[in-house]
Amino acid sequence: MDKKLRLRINEISKSYKLKKKDYHKVIDSLSLDIFDNEFLVILGPGHCGKTVLLNIIAGLETPDVGFVELDGVKIDGPNPDMGMVFQKTGVFPWLTVMENVELGPRFKGEAKSERRERAQKYINLVGLQGFESHRPPQLSGGMKQRVGIARAYTNNPEILIMDEPFGALDAQTRYSMEEEISNIWSIEKRTVIFVTNNIEEALALGDRIVLLTECPARVKEIYEVNMPRPRDLMSEEFLLLRQKISENTDLSIDSEV
Amino acid sequence: MSENKIQVKNLTHAFGDLLVLDDISFNIKNEEFVCVVGPTGCGKTTFLNLLTRLIIPTSGEILIDGIPADPKIHNISFAFQEPSAFPWLTVEENIAYGMKIKKESKDVIKKRTDEVLNLLGLQKFRKQYPHQLSVSSEQRIVIGRSFAMHPDLLLMDEPYGQMDIKMRFYLEDEVIRLWKNFKSTVIFITHNIEEAIYLADKVIILTNKPAKIKEELEINIPRPRDIASKEFIEYRKYVTDQIKWW
Repeated sequence: MDKKLRLRINEISKSYKLKKKDYHKVIDSLSLDIFDNEFLVILGPGHCGKTVLLNIIAGLETPDVGFVELDGVKIDGPNPDMGMVFQKTGVFPWLTVMENVELGPRFKGEAKSERRERAQKYINLVGLQGFESHRPPQLSGGMKQRVGIARAYTNNPEILIMDEPFGALDAQTRYSMEEEISNIWSIEKRTVIFVTNNIEEALALGDRIVLLTECPARVKEIYEVNMPRPRDLMSEEFLLLRQKISENTDLSIDSEV
Repeated sequence: MSENKIQVKNLTHAFGDLLVLDDISFNIKNEEFVCVVGPTGCGKTTFLNLLTRLIIPTSGEILIDGIPADPKIHNISFAFQEPSAFPWLTVEENIAYGMKIKKESKDVIKKRTDEVLNLLGLQKFRKQYPHQLSVSSEQRIVIGRSFAMHPDLLLMDEPYGQMDIKMRFYLEDEVIRLWKNFKSTVIFITHNIEEAIYLADKVIILTNKPAKIKEELEINIPRPRDIASKEFIEYRKYVTDQIKWW
């Protein structure tokens, strides 16, 4: 299969100033190529700089060194080609599901009939038909996250960035949302960058898994996952790869045993 | 009969019109490790709160050694999902805390505290405070503290819910080590079916709300268990099918 390069992350580094001449390095010359329509998972331990990396990709922060290119054009600020789904749902509680989902195109000044049609398509796709005029407080955590996903898709972004979107959900809702996002992606192919600290989730979703080191973040290893979807979380292949990745991560425990 | 440490008889609970638990009955043997799994929102927390007598059931009863469960008579320990070590006490003071409340002798407290510290491998951290350790270690202290009480019943509500698998496997082996050493009777609630099969002598599967017992399943695999073995996967698939609602 020919892979078309979409996003190029080239040798980026980022530090934050703590005190005079005292810097905390968060990302250390990290390079990564992301291809068209792939489901890329970035897997890393807590506080390793994943969110900073995403913010740089989305143009919300600038790297100290290096650059990020989308289709050969340097990213130098927030960009409607990048869609974001956040860990905390970030839906507006005073807007209905429909109003939340159509918000992006509405701000762009798109005609109502046009944007509603597209919003409805994605509302159906995430399984929220019938809830269009509900407001977020009437929805469960999983449903709110679906609103966020439909909203990101309705913007027609080139790249969809998801920052631990299921981190706050319970285990079973999480499994069902993972199945769903994998289905949606199969129907509506997009380039997805999905961040998680959960190995099982990474394996359930990714075409490729990029394992990051502890802070400062570098690429530790890249795993290709060639299992068919929907993935069997109990297959031998799945368990083996899970073990392999697990062994490559560090266990930080206070113990002498 | 006498080997049944815990007997739950026709336990039913409703909040107003909302029936949460519907006629639950089961027994737990002395020194048994029981895991409870069930769909999200099926009433697992209500179930635990009834067992600790934090809330009083609408009907039904819970017997420990044949006597109605009563925190004034029985030792019931509880480990929550969120670590709850006392931040102003050192590691060893945290572990000794419950025993002090129960007015154990100094010798007993010292002996069991050392025992727990050895099993956890935390000897060299004994004088430190929880905030100087990681969150996972804080949880380990709380669990060690619960076992040190020699409880009649030890309840754990998803204590490893937020841990990634490598840490979880480590902690699961540790909890088995503690349980074997202290020979406690344990009820462990979890969302994670792999975890339930790894730990339990018996898994109790609850239905969707109102929760009833769908099945009691004995896990007949010797420990230490291999999560990739064929029989393990078979148990895991079976239980998953029982509670899958999506």
